[in-house]
Amino acid sequence: MTTDNAAAQRAVDAVWRIESARIIAGLTRLVRDVGLAEELAQDALVAALEQWPAEGIPARPGGWLMLTAKHRAIDRVRRDERLAGKLSLLGRELEAAQRSAPAEFDAVADDEPIDDDLLRLMFISCHPVLSAEARVALTLRLLGGLTTEEIARGLLTAEPTIAKRITRAKRTLASNEVPFEVPAPAARPARLASVLEVLYLIFNEGYSAMAGDDWMRPALCHEAVRLGRVLAGLMPEEPEVHGLVALMEIQSSRFPARLDADGLPVPLPELLARAGRPAEAAAEFRRAATLTRNGPERTMLLRRAGECDARG
Amino acid sequence: MGRFVEELARAGVLLATGGLDRGTHVSASGGNITLTDGPFTESKEVIVSFALIEARSKDEAVELARRFWKIVGDGEGDIRQVYGPEG
Repeated sequence: MTTDNAAAQRAVDAVWRIESARIIAGLTRLVRDVGLAEELAQDALVAALEQWPAEGIPARPGGWLMLTAKHRAIDRVRRDERLAGKLSLLGRELEAAQRSAPAEFDAVADDEPIDDDLLRLMFISCHPVLSAEARVALTLRLLGGLTTEEIARGLLTAEPTIAKRITRAKRTLASNEVPFEVPAPAARPARLASVLEVLYLIFNEGYSAMAGDDWMRPALCHEAVRLGRVLAGLMPEEPEVHGLVALMEIQSSRFPARLDADGLPVPLPELLARAGRPAEAAAEFRRAATLTRNGPERTMLLRRAGECDARG
Repeated sequence: MGRFVEELARAGVLLATGGLDRGTHVSASGGNITLTDGPFTESKEVIVSFALIEARSKDEAVELARRFWKIVGDGEGDIRQVYGPEG
Protein backbone atom coordinates (compact mmCIF):
# COMPACT_ATOMS: atom_id res chain seq x y z
CA MET A 1 0.00 0.00 0.00
CA THR A 2 1.38 3.41 -0.92
CA THR A 3 1.66 6.24 1.57
CA ASP A 4 -1.20 8.06 -0.14
CA ASN A 5 -3.41 5.02 0.15
CA ALA A 6 -2.51 4.60 3.80
CA ALA A 7 -3.37 8.25 4.44
CA ALA A 8 -6.67 7.87 2.62
CA GLN A 9 -7.48 4.75 4.60
CA ARG A 10 -6.77 6.58 7.87
CA ALA A 11 -9.05 9.40 6.73
CA VAL A 12 -11.81 6.89 5.93
CA ASP A 13 -11.34 5.29 9.34
CA ALA A 14 -11.65 8.70 11.01
CA VAL A 15 -14.87 9.42 9.13
CA TRP A 16 -16.17 6.01 10.14
CA ARG A 17 -15.45 6.64 13.80
CA ILE A 18 -17.28 9.97 13.59
CA GLU A 19 -20.27 8.84 11.52
CA SER A 20 -20.85 5.11 12.06
CA ALA A 21 -23.20 5.32 15.04
CA ARG A 22 -25.50 7.78 13.28
CA ILE A 23 -25.47 5.74 10.08
CA ILE A 24 -26.22 2.47 11.85
CA ALA A 25 -28.94 4.23 13.87
CA GLY A 26 -30.60 5.66 10.75
CA LEU A 27 -30.39 2.31 8.93
CA THR A 28 -31.81 0.40 11.89
CA ARG A 29 -34.91 2.56 11.75
CA LEU A 30 -35.31 1.61 8.08
CA VAL A 31 -34.54 -2.11 8.21
CA ARG A 32 -35.63 -2.79 11.81
CA ASP A 33 -32.69 -5.08 12.42
CA VAL A 34 -29.57 -3.78 14.08
CA GLY A 35 -27.45 -6.64 12.71
CA LEU A 36 -28.53 -6.06 9.12
CA ALA A 37 -28.13 -2.29 9.59
CA GLU A 38 -24.54 -2.76 10.69
CA GLU A 39 -23.81 -5.07 7.74
CA LEU A 40 -25.16 -2.48 5.32
CA ALA A 41 -23.11 0.24 6.97
CA GLN A 42 -20.01 -1.95 6.72
CA ASP A 43 -20.73 -2.51 3.02
CA ALA A 44 -20.82 1.25 2.57
CA LEU A 45 -17.52 1.54 4.42
CA VAL A 46 -15.93 -0.97 2.05
CA ALA A 47 -17.25 1.06 -0.91
CA ALA A 48 -15.73 4.19 0.64
CA LEU A 49 -12.36 2.47 1.05
CA GLU A 50 -12.48 1.58 -2.64
CA GLN A 51 -13.62 4.93 -3.97
CA TRP A 52 -12.40 7.71 -1.69
CA PRO A 53 -8.66 7.20 -2.12
CA ALA A 54 -9.12 7.81 -5.87
CA GLU A 55 -11.94 10.33 -5.84
CA GLY A 56 -11.29 12.18 -2.61
CA ILE A 57 -13.51 12.43 0.45
CA PRO A 58 -16.99 13.69 -0.47
CA ALA A 59 -18.25 16.99 0.91
CA ARG A 60 -20.64 15.23 3.28
CA PRO A 61 -19.02 11.89 4.05
CA GLY A 62 -21.81 10.87 6.42
CA GLY A 63 -24.47 11.52 3.77
CA TRP A 64 -22.44 9.58 1.21
CA LEU A 65 -22.10 6.55 3.48
CA MET A 66 -25.78 6.67 4.38
CA LEU A 67 -26.96 6.85 0.79
CA THR A 68 -24.58 4.10 -0.30
CA ALA A 69 -25.85 1.89 2.53
CA LYS A 70 -29.43 2.57 1.43
CA HIS A 71 -28.55 1.50 -2.09
CA ARG A 72 -27.15 -1.73 -0.70
CA ALA A 73 -30.38 -2.20 1.22
CA ILE A 74 -32.39 -1.91 -2.00
CA ASP A 75 -30.10 -4.40 -3.74
CA ARG A 76 -30.60 -6.83 -0.89
CA VAL A 77 -34.35 -6.43 -0.98
CA ARG A 78 -34.40 -7.12 -4.72
CA ARG A 79 -32.23 -10.20 -4.39
CA ASP A 80 -34.05 -11.64 -1.44
CA GLU A 81 -37.85 -11.91 -1.59
CA ARG A 82 -38.08 -13.14 1.98
CA LEU A 83 -36.17 -10.10 3.17
CA ALA A 84 -38.37 -7.91 0.98
CA GLY A 85 -41.47 -9.13 2.81
CA LYS A 86 -39.83 -8.48 6.15
CA LEU A 87 -38.66 -5.07 5.05
CA SER A 88 -41.82 -3.86 3.37
CA LEU A 89 -41.42 -0.76 5.51
CA LEU A 90 -38.51 0.25 3.33
CA GLY A 91 -40.79 0.81 0.37
CA ARG A 92 -40.79 4.11 -1.38
CA GLU A 93 -38.30 5.80 0.88
CA LEU A 94 -35.50 3.60 -0.40
CA GLU A 95 -36.60 3.86 -4.01
CA ALA A 96 -36.57 7.62 -3.67
CA ALA A 97 -33.12 7.53 -2.15
CA GLN A 98 -31.81 5.53 -5.08
CA ARG A 99 -33.13 8.01 -7.60
CA SER A 100 -31.54 11.00 -5.93
CA ALA A 101 -28.39 12.30 -7.55
CA PRO A 102 -25.09 12.67 -5.68
CA ALA A 103 -25.76 16.41 -5.50
CA GLU A 104 -28.64 15.64 -3.20
CA PHE A 105 -26.48 13.96 -0.56
CA ASP A 106 -26.80 17.04 1.60
CA ALA A 107 -30.55 16.90 1.62
CA VAL A 108 -30.56 13.19 2.38
CA ALA A 109 -28.19 13.68 5.28
CA ASP A 110 -29.93 16.72 6.69
CA ASP A 111 -33.43 15.38 6.58
CA GLU A 112 -32.77 12.41 8.78
CA PRO A 113 -34.21 12.64 12.29
CA ILE A 114 -30.94 11.12 13.43
CA ASP A 115 -30.91 12.24 17.05
CA ASP A 116 -33.94 10.11 17.91
CA ASP A 117 -32.43 7.17 16.08
CA LEU A 118 -29.17 7.55 17.98
CA LEU A 119 -31.05 7.49 21.29
CA ARG A 120 -32.98 4.39 20.18
CA LEU A 121 -29.69 2.75 19.23
CA MET A 122 -28.34 3.40 22.73
CA PHE A 123 -31.40 1.89 24.34
CA ILE A 124 -31.39 -1.18 22.10
CA SER A 125 -27.64 -1.79 22.55
CA CYS A 126 -28.12 -1.63 26.32
CA HIS A 127 -31.36 -3.62 26.41
CA PRO A 128 -31.80 -5.67 29.61
CA VAL A 129 -32.54 -8.78 27.53
CA LEU A 130 -28.76 -8.84 26.97
CA SER A 131 -26.15 -9.71 29.58
CA ALA A 132 -24.07 -6.82 30.90
CA GLU A 133 -20.97 -8.00 29.02
CA ALA A 134 -22.96 -8.35 25.78
CA ARG A 135 -24.33 -4.83 26.23
CA VAL A 136 -20.82 -3.45 26.77
CA ALA A 137 -19.44 -5.13 23.63
CA LEU A 138 -22.41 -4.20 21.47
CA THR A 139 -22.37 -0.57 22.64
CA LEU A 140 -18.66 -0.21 21.90
CA ARG A 141 -19.25 -1.72 18.47
CA LEU A 142 -22.41 0.14 17.41
CA LEU A 143 -22.04 3.46 19.23
CA GLY A 144 -18.28 3.66 19.63
CA GLY A 145 -17.52 2.48 16.10
CA LEU A 146 -14.78 0.23 17.50
CA THR A 147 -13.67 -2.88 15.64
CA THR A 148 -14.01 -6.32 17.25
CA GLU A 149 -10.23 -6.39 17.60
CA GLU A 150 -10.16 -3.02 19.40
CA ILE A 151 -12.93 -4.08 21.76
CA ALA A 152 -11.11 -7.33 22.53
CA ARG A 153 -7.90 -5.43 23.33
CA GLY A 154 -9.77 -2.94 25.48
CA LEU A 155 -11.56 -5.62 27.48
CA LEU A 156 -8.55 -8.00 27.68
CA THR A 157 -10.65 -10.68 26.02
CA ALA A 158 -9.94 -12.94 23.04
CA GLU A 159 -11.15 -11.53 19.73
CA PRO A 160 -13.29 -14.59 18.77
CA THR A 161 -15.02 -14.36 22.16
CA ILE A 162 -16.00 -10.73 21.52
CA ALA A 163 -17.08 -11.56 17.95
CA LYS A 164 -19.32 -14.36 19.25
CA ARG A 165 -20.67 -12.13 22.01
CA ILE A 166 -21.67 -9.43 19.51
CA THR A 167 -23.21 -11.88 17.04
CA ARG A 168 -25.21 -13.56 19.79
CA ALA A 169 -26.35 -10.19 21.14
CA LYS A 170 -27.70 -9.17 17.73
CA ARG A 171 -29.46 -12.52 17.38
CA THR A 172 -30.99 -12.18 20.85
CA LEU A 173 -32.34 -8.73 19.99
CA ALA A 174 -33.83 -10.10 16.75
CA SER A 175 -35.34 -13.26 18.23
CA ASN A 176 -36.90 -11.29 21.09
CA GLU A 177 -38.21 -8.79 18.55
CA VAL A 178 -36.89 -5.95 20.68
CA PRO A 179 -38.42 -2.79 19.20
CA PHE A 180 -36.21 0.06 18.00
CA GLU A 181 -37.69 2.72 20.23
CA VAL A 182 -37.16 5.07 23.13
CA PRO A 183 -38.91 3.31 26.02
CA ALA A 184 -42.26 4.63 27.27
CA PRO A 185 -42.10 6.86 30.37
CA ALA A 186 -43.10 4.04 32.73
CA ALA A 187 -40.26 1.80 31.57
CA ARG A 188 -37.74 4.58 31.06
CA PRO A 189 -36.06 4.79 34.50
CA ALA A 190 -35.16 1.08 34.50
CA ARG A 191 -34.08 1.14 30.85
CA LEU A 192 -32.02 4.29 31.37
CA ALA A 193 -30.36 2.69 34.39
CA SER A 194 -29.31 -0.14 32.09
CA VAL A 195 -27.71 2.32 29.66
CA LEU A 196 -25.91 4.19 32.44
CA GLU A 197 -24.65 0.92 33.89
CA VAL A 198 -23.08 0.04 30.55
CA LEU A 199 -21.36 3.42 30.27
CA TYR A 200 -19.98 3.13 33.78
CA LEU A 201 -18.79 -0.45 33.17
CA ILE A 202 -16.92 0.77 30.09
CA PHE A 203 -15.45 3.65 32.08
CA ASN A 204 -14.31 1.40 34.93
CA GLU A 205 -12.75 -1.06 32.53
CA GLY A 206 -10.56 1.78 31.26
CA TYR A 207 -9.97 3.23 34.71
CA SER A 208 -8.48 -0.02 35.98
CA ALA A 209 -5.85 0.00 33.23
CA MET A 210 -2.33 -0.47 34.52
CA ALA A 211 1.14 0.47 33.32
CA GLY A 212 2.10 -1.43 30.20
CA ASP A 213 -1.51 -2.05 29.20
CA ASP A 214 -2.60 -1.53 25.65
CA TRP A 215 -3.56 2.11 24.99
CA MET A 216 -7.04 0.84 24.05
CA ARG A 217 -7.78 0.33 27.77
CA PRO A 218 -7.52 3.93 28.98
CA ALA A 219 -9.17 4.96 25.69
CA LEU A 220 -12.30 3.22 26.98
CA CYS A 221 -12.60 5.93 29.65
CA HIS A 222 -12.66 8.65 27.00
CA GLU A 223 -15.18 6.65 25.01
CA ALA A 224 -17.48 6.28 28.04
CA VAL A 225 -17.27 10.01 28.80
CA ARG A 226 -17.93 10.86 25.16
CA LEU A 227 -20.96 8.57 24.99
CA GLY A 228 -22.15 10.06 28.28
CA ARG A 229 -21.95 13.55 26.79
CA VAL A 230 -23.84 12.37 23.71
CA LEU A 231 -26.54 10.86 25.92
CA ALA A 232 -26.73 14.05 28.01
CA GLY A 233 -27.27 15.99 24.78
CA LEU A 234 -30.04 13.61 23.72
CA MET A 235 -31.74 13.53 27.13
CA PRO A 236 -30.91 16.91 28.67
CA GLU A 237 -33.78 16.62 31.13
CA GLU A 238 -32.48 13.44 32.81
CA PRO A 239 -30.50 14.32 35.97
CA GLU A 240 -29.06 10.80 36.28
CA VAL A 241 -27.26 11.19 32.96
CA HIS A 242 -25.66 14.49 33.96
CA GLY A 243 -24.75 12.93 37.30
CA LEU A 244 -22.91 10.04 35.65
CA VAL A 245 -21.10 12.34 33.20
CA ALA A 246 -19.99 14.53 36.10
CA LEU A 247 -18.77 11.49 38.03
CA MET A 248 -16.78 10.21 35.07
CA GLU A 249 -15.34 13.67 34.34
CA ILE A 250 -14.18 14.16 37.93
CA GLN A 251 -12.60 10.71 38.02
CA SER A 252 -10.91 11.42 34.68
CA SER A 253 -9.46 14.60 36.13
CA ARG A 254 -7.44 12.42 38.51
CA PHE A 255 -5.68 10.53 35.71
CA PRO A 256 -2.52 12.61 35.73
CA ALA A 257 -2.26 12.43 39.54
CA ARG A 258 -2.81 8.72 40.07
CA LEU A 259 -0.07 7.47 37.76
CA ASP A 260 3.55 8.60 37.67
CA ALA A 261 5.57 9.38 34.55
CA ASP A 262 6.17 5.63 34.03
CA GLY A 263 2.47 4.82 34.28
CA LEU A 264 2.83 3.22 37.72
CA PRO A 265 0.22 3.94 40.42
CA VAL A 266 1.13 6.75 42.83
CA PRO A 267 0.73 5.52 46.45
CA LEU A 268 -1.47 7.44 48.86
CA PRO A 269 1.32 9.09 50.89
CA GLU A 270 2.89 10.46 47.70
CA LEU A 271 -0.50 11.72 46.56
CA LEU A 272 -0.93 13.55 49.87
CA ALA A 273 2.57 15.02 49.62
CA ARG A 274 1.84 16.25 46.08
CA ALA A 275 -1.47 17.70 47.25
CA GLY A 276 0.38 19.91 49.72
CA ARG A 277 -0.66 17.98 52.85
CA PRO A 278 2.79 17.08 54.27
CA ALA A 279 1.68 16.24 57.85
CA GLU A 280 -0.82 13.64 56.65
CA ALA A 281 1.69 12.36 54.09
CA ALA A 282 4.35 11.93 56.81
CA ALA A 283 1.87 9.97 58.97
CA GLU A 284 1.03 7.67 56.04
CA PHE A 285 4.72 7.10 55.24
CA ARG A 286 5.31 6.13 58.90
CA ARG A 287 2.33 3.78 58.86
CA ALA A 288 3.71 2.13 55.73
CA ALA A 289 7.16 1.87 57.37
CA THR A 290 5.72 -0.04 60.34
CA LEU A 291 3.97 -2.48 57.97
CA THR A 292 6.83 -3.36 55.64
CA ARG A 293 9.11 -6.37 56.30
CA ASN A 294 11.70 -4.97 53.90
CA GLY A 295 14.55 -3.10 55.64
CA PRO A 296 15.72 -0.84 52.79
CA GLU A 297 12.12 0.02 51.97
CA ARG A 298 11.48 0.97 55.62
CA THR A 299 14.53 3.26 55.53
CA MET A 300 13.27 4.88 52.33
CA LEU A 301 9.75 5.38 53.74
CA LEU A 302 11.08 6.94 56.95
CA ARG A 303 13.31 9.25 54.90
CA ARG A 304 10.26 10.38 52.88
CA ALA A 305 8.38 10.92 56.19
CA GLY A 306 11.25 13.10 57.41
CA GLU A 307 11.21 15.11 54.18
CA CYS A 308 7.49 15.72 54.61
CA ASP A 309 8.03 16.79 58.23
CA ALA A 310 10.57 19.32 57.01
CA ARG A 311 8.01 20.78 54.61
CA GLY A 312 5.15 20.79 57.15
CA MET B 1 -21.44 27.12 11.23
CA GLY B 2 -23.84 27.13 14.19
CA ARG B 3 -25.08 23.75 13.05
CA PHE B 4 -21.56 22.38 12.76
CA VAL B 5 -20.65 23.60 16.26
CA GLU B 6 -23.84 22.08 17.62
CA GLU B 7 -23.08 18.77 15.92
CA LEU B 8 -19.63 18.67 17.50
CA ALA B 9 -21.05 19.42 20.92
CA ARG B 10 -23.70 16.75 20.54
CA ALA B 11 -21.08 14.24 19.46
CA GLY B 12 -19.37 14.81 22.80
CA VAL B 13 -16.27 16.11 21.06
CA LEU B 14 -16.36 19.89 21.57
CA LEU B 15 -15.17 21.13 24.95
CA ALA B 16 -14.93 24.89 24.36
CA THR B 17 -14.79 27.55 21.69
CA GLY B 18 -13.90 31.20 21.86
CA GLY B 19 -12.91 34.26 19.94
CA LEU B 20 -9.65 36.02 20.73
CA ASP B 21 -9.06 39.76 20.62
CA ARG B 22 -5.74 41.25 19.56
CA GLY B 23 -4.63 41.34 23.17
CA THR B 24 -1.27 42.40 24.47
CA HIS B 25 2.05 41.08 23.26
CA VAL B 26 4.56 40.34 26.00
CA SER B 27 8.26 40.16 25.27
CA ALA B 28 10.77 39.12 27.92
CA SER B 29 14.48 39.70 27.43
CA GLY B 30 17.26 39.87 30.01
CA GLY B 31 14.74 40.25 32.82
CA ASN B 32 12.95 43.13 31.11
CA ILE B 33 9.33 42.80 30.13
CA THR B 34 8.06 44.81 27.16
CA LEU B 35 4.36 45.15 26.45
CA THR B 36 3.01 46.09 23.03
CA ASP B 37 -0.49 46.20 21.65
CA GLY B 38 -1.63 43.01 19.99
CA PRO B 39 0.39 40.12 18.74
CA PHE B 40 2.50 40.89 15.67
CA THR B 41 0.78 44.15 14.75
CA GLU B 42 2.23 44.12 11.26
CA SER B 43 1.53 40.45 10.70
CA LYS B 44 -1.23 39.20 8.46
CA GLU B 45 -1.53 36.07 10.56
CA VAL B 46 -3.46 36.65 13.74
CA ILE B 47 -5.18 33.91 15.70
CA VAL B 48 -8.79 35.04 16.00
CA SER B 49 -10.55 32.06 17.49
CA PHE B 50 -10.05 28.58 18.83
CA ALA B 51 -11.95 25.38 19.45
CA LEU B 52 -10.90 22.91 22.12
CA ILE B 53 -11.91 19.42 21.02
CA GLU B 54 -11.36 15.97 22.46
CA ALA B 55 -10.81 13.70 19.47
CA ARG B 56 -9.92 10.04 19.63
CA SER B 57 -7.07 10.35 17.17
CA LYS B 58 -5.16 12.90 15.14
CA ASP B 59 -6.95 11.61 12.03
CA GLU B 60 -10.27 12.46 13.60
CA ALA B 61 -9.07 15.96 14.50
CA VAL B 62 -7.89 16.42 10.90
CA GLU B 63 -11.25 15.26 9.53
CA LEU B 64 -13.10 17.71 11.80
CA ALA B 65 -10.74 20.51 10.73
CA ARG B 66 -11.47 19.65 7.10
CA ARG B 67 -15.19 20.07 7.75
CA PHE B 68 -14.57 23.36 9.58
CA TRP B 69 -12.65 24.85 6.64
CA LYS B 70 -15.26 23.65 4.16
CA ILE B 71 -17.66 25.94 5.96
CA VAL B 72 -15.29 28.83 6.63
CA GLY B 73 -13.78 29.03 3.15
CA ASP B 74 -10.26 30.40 2.64
CA GLY B 75 -7.98 30.88 5.59
CA GLU B 76 -5.36 29.21 7.73
CA GLY B 77 -5.27 27.43 11.03
CA ASP B 78 -3.31 25.02 13.13
CA ILE B 79 -4.14 21.75 14.82
CA ARG B 80 -2.26 21.42 18.09
CA GLN B 81 -2.39 18.74 20.71
CA VAL B 82 -2.86 19.91 24.29
CA TYR B 83 -0.78 18.00 26.83
CA GLY B 84 -2.19 17.51 30.29
CA PRO B 85 -0.24 18.02 33.52
CA GLU B 86 2.55 15.46 33.87
CA GLY B 87 2.07 12.69 36.40
